[in-house]
Amino acid sequence: MVDIPDKDLLAPGHRGCAGCGASIGVKLALNALGENTVAISATGCLEVMTTPYPESAWEVPFIHVAFENSGAVASGVEAALRIQGKDDVNVVAFGGDGGTVDIGLQSLSGAMERGHNMLYICYDNEAYMNTGIQRSGATPFGATTTTSPQGSASFGEDKPKKDMPMIMAAHGIPYVATASIAYPEDFVNKVKKAASIEGPAYIHLQQPCTTGWGYPSEKTIEMGRLAVETGSWILYEIENGEFSITFTPEERKPVKEYLSQQKRFRHLQDEQIEKIQKYVDAQCSELGL
Amino acid sequence: MVKEVMTSNKAVAEAVRLAKPQVIPVYPITPQTTISEYLAQYVADEKIAAKYVKVESEHSAISAAVGASGAGVRVFTATSSQGLMLMHEILFAAAGMRTPFVLADANRAISAPLNIWNDQQDSIAQRDAGWLQIYVENAQEALDTTLMAYKISENPDVLLPSMVCLDGFILTHTVEPVEIPDQESVDKFLPPYVPEHAYLDPKEPMSIGNFADPDYYTEARYAMQVAMDNSIEVIQKTCDEFAEIFGRQYGLVEPYKTEDADIIFVAMGSLCSTIRVIVDQLRDQGEKVGLLKIRAYRPFPVEAIKEAVKNCEKIAVIDKNYSFGIGGALYSDMKVKIDKEIYGFIAGLGGRDITPEYILEAYEKTKVPEKDVTWIGLKEE
Repeated sequence: MVDIPDKDLLAPGHRGCAGCGASIGVKLALNALGENTVAISATGCLEVMTTPYPESAWEVPFIHVAFENSGAVASGVEAALRIQGKDDVNVVAFGGDGGTVDIGLQSLSGAMERGHNMLYICYDNEAYMNTGIQRSGATPFGATTTTSPQGSASFGEDKPKKDMPMIMAAHGIPYVATASIAYPEDFVNKVKKAASIEGPAYIHLQQPCTTGWGYPSEKTIEMGRLAVETGSWILYEIENGEFSITFTPEERKPVKEYLSQQKRFRHLQDEQIEKIQKYVDAQCSELGL
Repeated sequence: MVKEVMTSNKAVAEAVRLAKPQVIPVYPITPQTTISEYLAQYVADEKIAAKYVKVESEHSAISAAVGASGAGVRVFTATSSQGLMLMHEILFAAAGMRTPFVLADANRAISAPLNIWNDQQDSIAQRDAGWLQIYVENAQEALDTTLMAYKISENPDVLLPSMVCLDGFILTHTVEPVEIPDQESVDKFLPPYVPEHAYLDPKEPMSIGNFADPDYYTEARYAMQVAMDNSIEVIQKTCDEFAEIFGRQYGLVEPYKTEDADIIFVAMGSLCSTIRVIVDQLRDQGEKVGLLKIRAYRPFPVEAIKEAVKNCEKIAVIDKNYSFGIGGALYSDMKVKIDKEIYGFIAGLGGRDITPEYILEAYEKTKVPEKDVTWIGLKEE
């Protein structure tokens, strides 16, 4: 069970869309980490919706500097806290998929390699949603976005999603995990584990986006569940190099059930859906799901 | 107090050791590299109790610096040329977020063509970032200015970061005798940094680096201009305080034989040493000439400049930088703010030595002007 605290550390009243997955994820993460936490955010949906001056939804200390540097900013924050002897303060950085897998990759790689005692959470909604749904390196095959549009000579994004968690795992850091906001218990446990481990930790959190994916706002959790139930998003962790699946669906549903409910995939022909199914099957078999 | 022979890079590193920053994120680049090496060694030898963050780029160096300063500690970083260009975006954020740390820039030309030698294009290109910029002439001034920069930046009426600009190779790799102040005197001059405006403490949460809409953005930027205005007085006051303790007097500008001069050279950095020799030579020949060394380029010390040039007829500005389509940056600023006959000269780009002949040529061309801006020492086809 997940404890629901009396006071959320991400206060209500922020400017997130109805059904925003990012805010659910950040709220869960902060509540798992507790008040003794400093948060860093990349530019993106999260920062813009939570910190319109003079307001702030953050009940923990918060800093934002730019889009591509939250790994480095967190490094500086972490170094400053530790040199002051504040070893027990959790340092958590949040970046969207664009801020993490594309423009922020170098900064994050440096932070992970240097061994800062911090947690980086990528809140992945699979495109640049803040600026109006442009494709990122985390956009899945077949999704139509404003910069990978479906058209007479295009079925949308023509490359599969960049495998960011495994890139992070290749850094040899003590903890890497995938998670979904639709599985809060699994996610919260991972955040707590990541915080308790000495050294850098990375959690790649999938969070459906009502605006960018095109589904009714009340179906955010349902969409997250379908992603996992179809094997499109696999929940696992890699603790000190040991890989394990943390959630296995009783019976894996066909990807079509997941794709057909989202506007971004609705244009796909059977040929592309088959290709996606094969890709998902291969991923599941490779990871032992 | 100890006197030692050292490069300006070593002098900066010594100042940093004495200033006791707690976080030093730094990435090596020619000709700044030895600063990053000295500091790494000082941390390894426990001469500085700081976290040395071995970042993977200058972009991350400045980002980590903003993070650490935002978290409430004293921070130092250093770079040069392409590295400063890579930092460009975050320089603006550092000033806007009012993180008062110090950066030493080993002035070097900008690519292309690739060139590792000295001019001042790199820091001049950052002049609109909201940083204080002070240009130094020698190793002693590099050390002293680095110490003063912390006190100026951390002043509650300023709270803007400072860039100490020292000419690559000419200063960074040339040795001179330098007086190293003792720690006790430095501690008296520069007490520990205790920020009241930006720190990240879970017991007292604050959000920094917020998003600001059109209702607030202008005022946030205007507050930086007010801070820049305030810094004029703070720099002068800090220089005076420094002189009281350490016996070396600096200012916003440094006039040399300007009182009765008909023509005044205006320049920044190590070039001023050469110009001073030429001024003396010309004076021996009966020419009424002087030099105004600009130390603080941002804030631009308009009143101090006006006072120093009030009696002259003409001004010859020598810039080691160029803004294409108009002229040197210092020349342009002088034209905007100083009501005199002003001529601009471009020299010393990409490490081309500024010889006494070049300076004399600038002098002659100011006496008998041909055009507003002249490139000195251009080779014939």
